[in-house]
Amino acid sequence: MAKLSEHIKRGVITENPTFVQVLGMCPTLATTTSAMNGLGMGLSVLVVLMGSNLVISLLRKVIPDKIRIPAFIVIIASFVTVIDLFLQAMFYDTLYQSLGLFIPLIVVNCIILGRAEAYASKHGPLDSLLDGLGMGLGFTLALTLLGAVREILGAGQIFGLQIMPSSYQPAVIMVMAPGAFFALGILLAVFTAVRKKMEKRKSDVAKEE
Amino acid sequence: MASILTIIISSVFVNNFVMSQFMGICPFLGVSKKLDSAVGMGLAVTFVMTVASAFSNLAYTLILVPLEKEYLYTIVFILVIASLVQFVEMVIQKISPALYSSLGVYLPLITTNCAVLGVAVLNMQSGYNLVESIINGFAGGLGFMMGIVLFAGIRERTAHNRILSCFEGFPIALISAGLMAIAFLGFQGLV
Repeated sequence: MAKLSEHIKRGVITENPTFVQVLGMCPTLATTTSAMNGLGMGLSVLVVLMGSNLVISLLRKVIPDKIRIPAFIVIIASFVTVIDLFLQAMFYDTLYQSLGLFIPLIVVNCIILGRAEAYASKHGPLDSLLDGLGMGLGFTLALTLLGAVREILGAGQIFGLQIMPSSYQPAVIMVMAPGAFFALGILLAVFTAVRKKMEKRKSDVAKEE
Repeated sequence: MASILTIIISSVFVNNFVMSQFMGICPFLGVSKKLDSAVGMGLAVTFVMTVASAFSNLAYTLILVPLEKEYLYTIVFILVIASLVQFVEMVIQKISPALYSSLGVYLPLITTNCAVLGVAVLNMQSGYNLVESIINGFAGGLGFMMGIVLFAGIRERTAHNRILSCFEGFPIALISAGLMAIAFLGFQGLV
């Protein structure tokens, strides 16, 4: 249990793939036109990440070191194909259409290959599965947050529910391409500022002691 | 002829891979601090995108379609791209060490550049034939190169500006990219 919370804390806060490591920017920017799309993309990556981490960790002693990258990519691509077909079958009209091209592109998401190389190829199956869960949750939360900010400003809604008063004039640019860059840039700056302040407070406390 | 011109204008300007489709953002943000390296990365990506478009189109029409295994396109395309990048790296190393030393470091990175896989999937989804795929790959690469070179120019100019400390690094780069994306919105409706 302690292990689980430790992995989740690391994935969501201290090593958050989006805000701290700044990896996997393409889907982060492209699919967060609404909170729902961000959540869908995040969950797809979460499933692929857990699956690929588990399989790679189980096969880590079998895969020769020289061809490990192609081997990892094939494992990841298999899970992505599964998710692709699943979304096509279950959510064709909604999620599959709006995520579109970015479902097959999960293969080249640097977070997944990064975790395979940095973590799953060196640790046991259970740890790797939990690492995938933590990192995937961090990614999902970041995407949902970004999607929510863009949806509130750009359409006055969240998860399709109207929350801004009807007099609010939606800033359509926030759901278009430039809005993605602005929203992520500002969120990243806020996250950095908060983290710096927390670190400073921690070092101040340490100094007093 | 007209359709080829449409493909070129559409991929370079209107649907620019970086600015309006968000593909290849990782190298776009990572390798754009200096103008020289941005040019190198742009050239390498253009080359790989052109060749990858051709080979993935061939793999799709000659292998997957006759076998009726179209749903395996993701796995096949990424394998084609990964082996292609490896091959290109070896060839360049052999025939032109000078070019290798300037492009070499970027080549392995290109495997995980989503613009390359993206253009292969887009070609398949739009039903382009071999020639159209190659043109689209080349034009997409040119669009990427234009984006990254312009962006590197902006970042070199603004590198020493005084800004809030929490905006340093990625946040300010993203805001500049957003401003560039607004400029690219002007091309909307051109084709």
